[in-house]
Amino acid sequence: MPHLLEVVGLHARYGDVRVLHGIDFHVEQGGLTALLGANGAGKTTTLRALSGMIRTEGSITLAGSKLDGLRPEEVARQGVAHVPDGRGTILELSVDENLQLGAYTRTKAEAAADRERVFDYFPKLRQRNKQQAGTLSGGEQQMLAIGRALMLRPRLLLLDEPSFGLAPLIIREIFDIMRRIRDQDGVSILLVEQNASLALDLADQACLLETGRIVASGPASDIAQDESVRRSYLGY
Amino acid sequence: MDGFLHQLLAGIASGGIYASVALALVMIFQATHHVNFAQGEMAMFSTYIALVLIQAGVPYWVAFAITVAVSFVMGAVIQRVLLTPLAGSPVLASVGVFIGLLLIFNSAAGWLFGYTLKQFPTPFDGPPVMGGFVTPHDLGAFVVTLVVLTAVWAFFRFTTLGLAMRAAAYNPSSSRLMGIRVGAMLALGWGLAASIGAIAGMMVAPVVFLDPNMMSGVLLYAFAGALLGGIANPLGAVVGGFAIGIIENLAGAYLVGNELKLTLALVIIVAVLMVKPAGIFGRTIVSRV
Amino acid sequence: MRDTLIGLVVVIIAVSLAFVASDYRLFQLTTVAIYAIAILGLALVTGYNGQISLGHGAFYAVGAYVTAILTSMYDVPYWATLPVSAVVCAAIGFLVGLPALRLGGLYLALTTFALAVATPQLLKHKALEHWTGGVQGIVVDKPDAPFGLPINADQWVYLFSIAVAAVLFALAGNLVRGRIGRAMRAVRDNALAAEATGIDVALFKTRTFAVSALVTGIAGSLSAIVVGFVSPDSFTVFLSITLFTGLVVGGAATIAGPIFGAMFITFLPNLAEQVSKAAPGVIYGVLLIAFMFLLPAGVAGGLNRLHRRRPAPQP
Repeated sequence: MPHLLEVVGLHARYGDVRVLHGIDFHVEQGGLTALLGANGAGKTTTLRALSGMIRTEGSITLAGSKLDGLRPEEVARQGVAHVPDGRGTILELSVDENLQLGAYTRTKAEAAADRERVFDYFPKLRQRNKQQAGTLSGGEQQMLAIGRALMLRPRLLLLDEPSFGLAPLIIREIFDIMRRIRDQDGVSILLVEQNASLALDLADQACLLETGRIVASGPASDIAQDESVRRSYLGY
Repeated sequence: MDGFLHQLLAGIASGGIYASVALALVMIFQATHHVNFAQGEMAMFSTYIALVLIQAGVPYWVAFAITVAVSFVMGAVIQRVLLTPLAGSPVLASVGVFIGLLLIFNSAAGWLFGYTLKQFPTPFDGPPVMGGFVTPHDLGAFVVTLVVLTAVWAFFRFTTLGLAMRAAAYNPSSSRLMGIRVGAMLALGWGLAASIGAIAGMMVAPVVFLDPNMMSGVLLYAFAGALLGGIANPLGAVVGGFAIGIIENLAGAYLVGNELKLTLALVIIVAVLMVKPAGIFGRTIVSRV
Repeated sequence: MRDTLIGLVVVIIAVSLAFVASDYRLFQLTTVAIYAIAILGLALVTGYNGQISLGHGAFYAVGAYVTAILTSMYDVPYWATLPVSAVVCAAIGFLVGLPALRLGGLYLALTTFALAVATPQLLKHKALEHWTGGVQGIVVDKPDAPFGLPINADQWVYLFSIAVAAVLFALAGNLVRGRIGRAMRAVRDNALAAEATGIDVALFKTRTFAVSALVTGIAGSLSAIVVGFVSPDSFTVFLSITLFTGLVVGGAATIAGPIFGAMFITFLPNLAEQVSKAAPGVIYGVLLIAFMFLLPAGVAGGLNRLHRRRPAPQP
């Protein structure tokens, strides 16, 4: 399967502090790659680097076209939807308005069809359509964040710790939906997660990040079965 | 009772103008958390542009439209050139730039057009209407500001672009992730604010006569109105503007005399900031962690 | 030590100028001294303490009117009006500072701006006319040199102003270099952290405001004596804006800055007005913006940076 996202030699820094030291990884077309690692390893930074929020060196290509150096607005217009840490919903606006904005770059007809799909995935959002986003529960906000991202009809979905701060039942729900998004809609996903076992269960490929460097990568099943990797880096 | 009605209606008419300027202030505040101290002077300068056009023979409403367009461009350019680079700077830096703009517009107007009071024409002529309480201009100005305010409201409420502008104001980084060009949204917001200010200036000039210092009082009342209604709340700002117009007129006539109206505005500003800084309609955003 | 020496040299030069300058130049130099004091007040609160005031012209006005009223109506000697002015302005500054507490930079700027705009109207009000003289204003007699010194009234007033300035600058210099100055800057840079070190931030900010009002008020008093006249329209919002401009151009967080700023706002209008009445305003505006972009620390700050570039002595 060809690679949708190809990252080669990616460096990133905040001001003078280098955080990523030349990492390589990829996401397959229609696949899910898990980016794992401890706190501070650089996982969130990697996603920010991909969506143009910070300065980078190195090459990022999406289906052959160059993503590195683009501003976040332009990256989004290339079909990359980033659900950041903190979810990125606009709390002052309603659920409906957030979804509308997710489809900002698309036509009204396309957006209408996609809204139905999002409500299929997340029936609770249909119920709360007119409600202000800030009044939703944590789980519902996460769903809205993902729903908003789907409204872009993205080729690539970047998810930053979707399980953060959520109850186990909701996490399960969200992971099931991620599976469906990948399998049924063919959306490629780069998933950053601290919850390694859940992520490895879902992922096709996995990469392990430690202080800005990739220390292990390969098919998810290999990583999951590698005892030394699991003990040293994943804690189980 | 006659006097009261007259003052009330006049207050509503001026309230419309304060509401417009207050709206312009709040639009910029919402998007950038900056107070545009130069808003009044920009509006005054635009009004001079209109006067030049009219004196050159351009029909009133054509001059009106051209002025609105030119003001829009002026506002957008100022935002792009001067304010975008200052995005992360301390408050003092942006205050300095705004005061600098205030000075430039005020002095340039004096330089180019002179300091003598000038008459500014109104398209609404004729004898007093509504039982003799209201001049045609007051009524016309009120209608114009109402139309403008409604149009702006509708723009933000019903159009995608308006929604995108609101989003860019609330949360620029999230908006970027959705493909919204935040920089362009800010420029648009400034352009709109400048246009609204220009219209306010053109409505006020026939009454108070045009000179470089015409708008400083109006700006103060607009500040008071915006704070009273809610500095981060467009609807509140509009209501606040009308309220200030009525309060100012009635208090000026019956309580403190015309000579203390500005001081009254100052007192209202201080009172609001001490008692309820978010204003009467200030919304506290509910967000569950 | 170095700064004290520089200060001493400046004072000596200033004093000697009293005897060589023409009448007009002397008047300008007196104006520089007075504006320097006024901007010093603003520097204390805005530069060192981070509270943006666009309304210090109001305190200047209060000081001027206190002196004018006391000398013309109550025959108080001119020099005795200064302490009264100081107290009155400090009190008003404290009161203005109170609502300022809850307000962040922008709201304070807005409130002080409103104060500046409202001041002339307040001064013209009928209820106060008995004291303020309304629109006509008040005439202030220029004092002659005391003790029969062989100098004229203009020279005396100039020297008096220099003396007051020297004292105030010395006191201010001590203040900002010491513990209180550090606390001021701490509050400016990180109020939360300052609070954590035990500084009562609220009280501190109000007190700083009071002190700054006091200083600018004294400048106002001096101006009444020097100009010989006060009227409401001398104290418009543009006075506050001019002081602000002087602060920015001179250097907001330095002691020498106000002197540069004062020179700037005194001499520039004379040059610029030859072009047009409006030119000074445009130049102020352009410079304000330019300084914000290029030289935020003002002239004094720029000089400081140059000075620091000298390599440190080897151990």
